Amino acid sequence: MTKQRIIRILDVAGLKVFEPLVRLATGEDPKEQLRLLGMYFLLPALAFIAFLAAWHICAINIVTKYGTLPTPAAVWVQGSNLLESHRQTRANEAQFYEDQQTKSAEHAENAVKLRTLAETMESPKKEKAIEAAEKLDEKATEALTKKFSASPTYIDQIITSLYTVFAGFVIASLIAIPTGILCGMSRAFSMAVNPLIQIFKPVSPLAWLPIVMIVVGALYTTPPAEAWFEKSFISSAFTVALCSLWPTLVNTALGVASIEKDHLNVARVLNLSSSTRVRMIVIPSALPFIFAGLRISLGVGWMVLIAAEMLAQNPGLGKFVWDMFQNGSSETLAQIMVAVFTIGIIGFLLDRVMIVLQRSVSYDTTVAT
Amino acid sequence: MAFLELKGVSKGFGEGPARTEVLTDVNLEVEEGEFIAIVGFSGSGKSTLVNLIAGLTMPDKGAISVGGAPVRGAGPDRGVVFQNYSLLPWLSVFENIGVAVDAVFPDWPKDKRNAHIERYIDMVNLTPATWKRPKELSGGMRQRVSVARALAMDPRMLLLDEPLSALDALTRGTLQKEFERIWAKDRKTVLLITNDVDESILLADRVVPLTVGPNATLGKSFDVKLQRPRDKTELNHDAEFKHLRNEIMNYLLGLKSERNEQQLAALPEPPKLKPRAA
Repeated sequence: MTKQRIIRILDVAGLKVFEPLVRLATGEDPKEQLRLLGMYFLLPALAFIAFLAAWHICAINIVTKYGTLPTPAAVWVQGSNLLESHRQTRANEAQFYEDQQTKSAEHAENAVKLRTLAETMESPKKEKAIEAAEKLDEKATEALTKKFSASPTYIDQIITSLYTVFAGFVIASLIAIPTGILCGMSRAFSMAVNPLIQIFKPVSPLAWLPIVMIVVGALYTTPPAEAWFEKSFISSAFTVALCSLWPTLVNTALGVASIEKDHLNVARVLNLSSSTRVRMIVIPSALPFIFAGLRISLGVGWMVLIAAEMLAQNPGLGKFVWDMFQNGSSETLAQIMVAVFTIGIIGFLLDRVMIVLQRSVSYDTTVAT
Repeated sequence: MAFLELKGVSKGFGEGPARTEVLTDVNLEVEEGEFIAIVGFSGSGKSTLVNLIAGLTMPDKGAISVGGAPVRGAGPDRGVVFQNYSLLPWLSVFENIGVAVDAVFPDWPKDKRNAHIERYIDMVNLTPATWKRPKELSGGMRQRVSVARALAMDPRMLLLDEPLSALDALTRGTLQKEFERIWAKDRKTVLLITNDVDESILLADRVVPLTVGPNATLGKSFDVKLQRPRDKTELNHDAEFKHLRNEIMNYLLGLKSERNEQQLAALPEPPKLKPRAA
């Protein structure tokens, strides 16, 4: 029973490759399970090794103006360097705040001492001492409010990128899902907006970005000190949204338009109001389609984001790649390759998460007992 | 005036040369509390008739009225049990019925609502499956949910569109018994559409055959005066039942062969060919 349950969970999570391990652990047909393990793990591992070997051979033979291309080993080293420098910066930061705290405590202590001393003094000197003590108090609070400043580490860049892509993805979904529902429900609306959708769908993020930047510059006039978001962040988020909303829109429209007629008949027999109909029947029925669209949208958004960040100079992986390119050395080239792998792996993980969400909402795959 | 009235109702689909007149000049009167069965061959327009009475489609000609008021659209006063169940696959049995109850009785307090839903689930013997989704149920169980949903709306009449035709013979038998039991409880007006003559006689007070389409219409009606409750196995030896069944069968088959002859007659005469002399 529990075995079936674990296998089921693995299946829903899209981790079917681990199924033979579970079966093997319970001693089920070891020969077949080992064969499957070979298929799922050994073959991909072999292919990856072959890829690394090919890369290595190419790398040592291609000479650029910064020397030969980085080999897999060099990239690995740079990867650990980036992590190490992240750790170092965090350690520095912690040290900095600790130092500030001791400094502040020292000032405060001195101020107290000075005040007690002032009590024993004559009038003109006394005032001066108290004044000095107040200055020390100020210094103490100042030390506590001082912020650590360092250029963002690699991990910071990743977090910024994720944050930006999610912001863009949310904006895209908020536009695409309602519009898609309208398209699916009203033929007239669909006919009206279809040309616009078809024209804007293939536009590259690089074409959108300048327009978005200028519009954001014109409309977002809050002074930087009071602003919640930076302009560059808003520009890249909106660019991501503009490029990634189409798959969700088209899929939602398709899902809504292909609702079974029987289900709509049920709504008519029950005389459901249009809002109840959308809530109770249209959305649940189209949900698997909507999530399939969202999954593609997130993938597109992640791909677009790197380009947008490069151009908008918004902190993030895209800017990191651009900066490393400008620095131009064999090490930075290796760091760009680290970024390539990071972008790939994060994209893969985002896709997995969306697959799990997609499966959890699709009522069609529920296995009959 | 009868509870349900159809006067000169016609309905066709398509346009130009592709147009087919499915129903032509259908007249029917059903009294309140009557259980009426419409039998016909597949493709004769049975489902179109149900959709018309349910108000899901409008007739091209003629008028339909329920309880004296003309039918202007679908409404919860006519509970429909669709041929393919039409349950919402993302909701459990309880929730499927809940959607209907909420739509018809929006002001009910939660306790009353839940008790009402549970009562109807119990009526169709599905209490153990209350929280299951349609995918996890067999065809017969799904059809029971569909019946419970229609009944829970407390409609003035029930429209059953071939509710049992997708089920195996054994499940059919059980559900037929249940239909009779449930109907005997509150004697609602029921219109059953079926292609099974035995089933129509077993359940109905009156059987009306639908002639072969296109241009199908209702034939003469056969009153069923058999004592209730009726038992399927006993009926098989009942002389009146056998007689009635033969009569309806012959009537239906007669319609079919008549139609076939008409179609044959409508074919163009083949050219007379003679083998060439050698």
